[in-house]
Order: sequence, then C-alpha cells, then structure tokens
Amino acid sequence: MREPTFFEAIFEWVSTWGELTIDAMTTLGDMAIFAWQTLVWMVTAKPCKGTIMPNFYYVGVLSLPVVALTGTFIGMVLAVQSVEQFREIGLESRLGGVINMSLVRELGPVLAATMLSGRVGSAMAAVLGTMRVTEQIDALVSMGANPIHYLVVPRFLACLLLIPALTIMADFMGIVGGYFFSTVVLDIDHYQYLNNSRSFVRGWDFFLGIFKSFFFGAIIAIVSCYRGFHCQPGAEGVGRAATAAFVISFVLILAVDLMLNIFLDAFYAAVWGSSLKLI
Amino acid sequence: MSNVLTNLKPRNTNQGGDGRALVELRNMTLRFAKQTVLNEISLSIPRGQSLAIIGESGCGKTMLLKIVAGLIRPTTGQICFDGTDINALSDVEMTKLRRKFGFVFQNAALFDSMTIGQNVAFPLVQHSLASGREIDQMVFDGLAEVGLPETVIPKRPSQLSGGMRKRVGIARALVLHPELMLYDEPTTGLDPIMSDVINELMISTGKNKGVTSIIVTHDMKSAKKIADRIVMLYPYSRLKPGESQVLFDGTPDELDAVKDKRVHQFVEGEAGERLMEMRRESAEGMDGGFSETPMHADTVAAKDHEKRKRTGQRPE
Repeated sequence: MREPTFFEAIFEWVSTWGELTIDAMTTLGDMAIFAWQTLVWMVTAKPCKGTIMPNFYYVGVLSLPVVALTGTFIGMVLAVQSVEQFREIGLESRLGGVINMSLVRELGPVLAATMLSGRVGSAMAAVLGTMRVTEQIDALVSMGANPIHYLVVPRFLACLLLIPALTIMADFMGIVGGYFFSTVVLDIDHYQYLNNSRSFVRGWDFFLGIFKSFFFGAIIAIVSCYRGFHCQPGAEGVGRAATAAFVISFVLILAVDLMLNIFLDAFYAAVWGSSLKLI
Repeated sequence: MSNVLTNLKPRNTNQGGDGRALVELRNMTLRFAKQTVLNEISLSIPRGQSLAIIGESGCGKTMLLKIVAGLIRPTTGQICFDGTDINALSDVEMTKLRRKFGFVFQNAALFDSMTIGQNVAFPLVQHSLASGREIDQMVFDGLAEVGLPETVIPKRPSQLSGGMRKRVGIARALVLHPELMLYDEPTTGLDPIMSDVINELMISTGKNKGVTSIIVTHDMKSAKKIADRIVMLYPYSRLKPGESQVLFDGTPDELDAVKDKRVHQFVEGEAGERLMEMRRESAEGMDGGFSETPMHADTVAAKDHEKRKRTGQRPE
C-alpha cells in the first residue's frame, strides 16, 4: 500500500480531529437538551407515583455509611498531612482552622461527590443502560410514559437534594475525625484546636461547600442518566456507560468546582470586600 | 399469489379484515446515516387482520414494527392509524393514541424493578384508567386470560420462565384492550409447546376480540398458523436495482406456491446459495447485511428518534 503524502496526512489529521470535535460538541449539546428536558418535566409535572422513595432511599440512605467513612478519613488524613509543616513553623495550634476550612470549602463536597458519582452515578448509568438494551425504555414509551419524566426526574431530584445533605454528613464526620486524630494521636491542645477552628471557619465557607454540592448532584444525575439512555448494546455497552458516567462526572465536578470557586470568591470580595484570613 | 416485485402502491389485501385500513404505511423509508434499512414500503392493514412480517435478520422487520408503534420516526413517508398521520401528532396526542396499541417485545421487556402485578397494572396506572381494587381485578383477569395463576402476581420477572414472561408481556399489552397488537418475535427462544401456547393466545386475541395484529416472526410454522396474510421483507442492501423490498405479500396458502427462489429458501429454511454469498462477502470485507445486529440498529434508531424529537425535526 502507498504511503500517504504530506498533504494527505495533514488532511487525515484535520479530518480525524474535526470529527472528534463535532462528536464532542454534539454530545455536549445533546446533554444540555437532555438536562433542559429534565428541568422542564421536573417543574411542569408531578413526579410519577412510586418513583421518588426508592430513588431517595438508594441515593440517600444507602450512601450514608460510605460517605461518613470517607468524611472521617479525609479529616484524619488532612491532620496527618498538615501537622509536620505547621510544627516546623510553630503553628500546630492552628491546625483546626486549616483542616476544617479545607474540609468544608473543598475536600468534603468534592470527595463526597466523587464517591457518590462512583457509587450512585455508575449504578444509575448501568440500570438505565440495561433498561435501554432490554427494550424496557421502549416499553415505557409504548405504554404512554415519558422516560425522562418516569426515570430521570426522580433520580435527578434524589441527587440534587440528597447529595448536599450527604455533603453535610461528610463535613461533620471529617471535622470529628480531624479533631480526634489531632487531639488524641497528634497531641494538639483541645482548646486551641477548637478555638482556631471557630475563628477561621466562617458561615460563608460552609455555604460555599454546600452550594457547590447542589451543582455536583445535578451533574452526577444528568451525566449518568444521559450515558444510560445512550448505552450501546450488550454487556460491554452497559459497562462502558457506567465507566463513562463516572469519568465524565468526575471531570465535570472538578471543572465546575474551579469555576464556582472563582466566581463565588469574586462575588464575596465584591459584596463584603474582604479576603481569606487563614494565617 | 401476489408477488409485488415492482408494485409500490399501498396494497389492500383484505384476508381476515373488514376492508377498512386500520394501519397504512405510505412510501415509508428509514435510513441511518448512509444505511438504508427500509425503502419505500407501502402496506395497508385492514381492521381485524393478522399480518405476519417475515424476513432475514437485519432486514428491518422490528424497525417497521417500531415505526408503526411511533417509537421511531421514519426518514420519509407516512404512517396512518385509523386515518390519522401519527407523525403529525403532538406528544400528548401520541400518548393518548398509544392506549390503542399493545406492544409485545421480543424478550417481553418486563420492568425488573416491579412485580408481575405491577408490570401488568402499569398501563392502567399510567393512563389513570382504574384505581385500587379495579386494577387488582383487571390484573388478575389479564393474567388468567393468558393462563397464569394468581401466585405469579407478587413475583419478580427474573423468577419466571421465558414462556411465562412472554405471557405476562401479552397480558400487559392486552390490559388496555388495544385495537392493534404488535408482536416482535413472540415465539423466539421458546420450546415448541410453549410456542404453540403463544400462537393460540395470539389467535384467540385476534379472533375473539377482533384485534388487528402485526406479528414479526422467523417462525414459519407460527406465521402460517396465526396469520391471515404474510409479507416477506428482504434486506435492502441485497436487492437488485428497482426491486421492491417486499418480496411477497399474500395469504399463507399462496406462500407455498411462490416461485421466487429467495422466498422459497426462507420458507423452507435452506441456506442454499446464501451460504456461498456470505462467505464471498466475508472474503471481500462486505457486511452481507449481518454486521449490524437488530439490537444495535434499534439503539441507533432510538438515538436518532430522540434527536429528531428533541430538535422538533419532522420526516423529510
């Protein structure tokens, strides 16, 4: 077979990347329309009977142990990671402020959302993907049900409302874990730890973390349901949908986290005109 | 015998029907990107008729059924149900119209998360047509009609055999007393006795209730037993230029006398030259019409349909 010429190789490269870009843009647009339809169904019709409680139970109650465990370990790991550096500059008494600030602003919401996109998002994509492959979604439509109203809206509501609640749980357990590890294992003074926590962590920091988690919940639900609805046939297709749901959710969570941090910090500075006063 | 190799006009084959067309397909074409699945199909199905659609895997039978049910929009052409063009209907109107359809899916497509009782009750609840005890009674009656005992009601679909699941699928499709029943390979994967049980159910549904039926099947024994009329489709990619995709359209008796070798081979289940063709196509790197499994075509079609629906795109 003849080797392609320089111009043919360039053309091939442009064509391949062009195709990938068009595919990515189409998927993004498709996902935006999917999200819009979900919002429209959510506000214009009551959720279908018998669909809310099972989804809330699955997302909220069954995720509680794993989120609590994740939160506890985040608090303890933060203590271990920070204590040496703070000791070197003689500021170990301020550990509480650093741990709790990091927890409530960033690590609690992001790691809880990451954990939930793995546990809840992948499972949603796999369930909906299996329903697509076994024609259960077609069966729903043939019997007059709208699959977005019946399948997506309850899952979206569960993630939107319960992931912030689970984030509060992760924050609380992280604070408890960090406190015990710092005071019992690392021998930091109780009073100093709590006093510094109280003086550094503001209500705004709590608000920021919880506010972001609403977005993370919405991302997990939309991405996972979308991947499930567009699942390719067979066991491999379902597996890919579940993996893609987690990977895309994770990347979007980090990207949205960055954008929200920039926007909300700018908003805070514009309204209250002060910056962070950690140290 | 009516071998319609070139006839593209809607046929009105009235065997078993009362003469008025309940379903009418007019020059219906379905394409996915560059692949043509169905080309210029025109069929008229009178009220009360049982029509069996036969043909090789991948020839577009299931797609045709899903187009009739409004699950997929055709690329071009019209589908009329009782004189109404279903592609011109809004979502709300289409939802109302779907009460008149019953769809039995290939693998029953029962909802795993629900019990058998909840599965059969689903259309009643969805359309708010009954409540409480009425629903319970209708579920009980529906299951009894397909020969299933009351004890299956609290079970999950995974606890039933394939034949039982199919019968639950039929009970669920019949619970709204539809005017049109659509069966997608109802006897595939069942033993001969269970296949005959399903055949008898379909016959009794058609004859006793006057329900119009469209049955997609590979099972020639079933097709000849249950159908008043048989239509054979052929994969578009293997047709000669100018040929119609409908290779045969007539009664089961006429099918035995047909001269077309392709129809004869399919009816008799002989690979014949097809085996050599497939080997040659494989050696030449062609797909031979088998590369896209029906399920894959279905997924692509569903995606295409969703996109069209979202963007409000109508058939060209």
